[in-house]
Amino acid sequence: MSDKTDITVEEHLEIQHHVKTYINVFVALLVLTFITVAVSYLEISFIEAFFLAVTIATVKGSLVLGFFMHLITEKQAIIWILVSTLIAFMILMFLPLVSMTDHTNIW
Amino acid sequence: MSSIPYILEERPDTGLNNSRLGIWIFIASEVMLFGGLFSAYVFLRIAAPEGDFDYWGSKLSVPMATFNTVMLITSSVTMIMSWASLRMKQFDKYKMYLGLTILCALGFLVVKYMEYTSKFHHGIFPSSSTFMGIYFTLTGLHVLHILGGLFVLIYFWSPVGKRMYDENPDLLANRIEVTGLYWHFVDLVWIFLFPILYLL
Repeated sequence: MSDKTDITVEEHLEIQHHVKTYINVFVALLVLTFITVAVSYLEISFIEAFFLAVTIATVKGSLVLGFFMHLITEKQAIIWILVSTLIAFMILMFLPLVSMTDHTNIW
Repeated sequence: MSSIPYILEERPDTGLNNSRLGIWIFIASEVMLFGGLFSAYVFLRIAAPEGDFDYWGSKLSVPMATFNTVMLITSSVTMIMSWASLRMKQFDKYKMYLGLTILCALGFLVVKYMEYTSKFHHGIFPSSSTFMGIYFTLTGLHVLHILGGLFVLIYFWSPVGKRMYDENPDLLANRIEVTGLYWHFVDLVWIFLFPILYLL
């Protein structure tokens, strides 16, 4: 059976420091959520609204990835898996745009 | 020591334990699963008649979705707090935070159920429009992920968690870390689903 008191004071302080960061990220995510909702009521064009919404979502996503999922301190192997996934994901996202340049009208 | 190697200890070649490497590869495959549907959303939106997506999107409840966003963000922070509590060897706090995570997940599901039934009562189904088709597909798949995660959370909140903690607290912390990575990913997907379906 493992000893459940085998944590040093330094480790305890370090985790408590991380906990403070998690709380700050939580508050930032809540604020950004309400900003996302607020900007959706602005009288702006679809393109402007789209880029604003996606930018805020990307910032929120980066906070979750970086701090909650500890990506900022993650090993290189994980980073490379995610970079290659991101490239494949971006290709998927740009595929529909190819259809906009299609003027063959086969239907 | 676990009979499966490199669950807790790092592999010398990757510098990671297999649990973390495995869940990240799984998350990468999940990114592509949702990515395909996000791509379908963009394709359908480009091809839709002007105003069609706006019209059907206006039938969704922004306050309900905002509430659910807050639920998932809260569940993400309680999830990581449960892991931090385990690392500080505070089992009672771990149970409390994991319990809160489960409550947030249940809250999310209840609101989603209300949203879906409200649509059905108004005669709105996935077949009603292209927007509703992709809306129900994306949110339905996301709900399935919430349900899957919820079963795992309940499993570790049950007496199984206490038994594992008594035998090997580091193993439980590792299981919760991996579960947490999956749970944060589910939150991450919702962070993008919320604006594209409800606000645009």
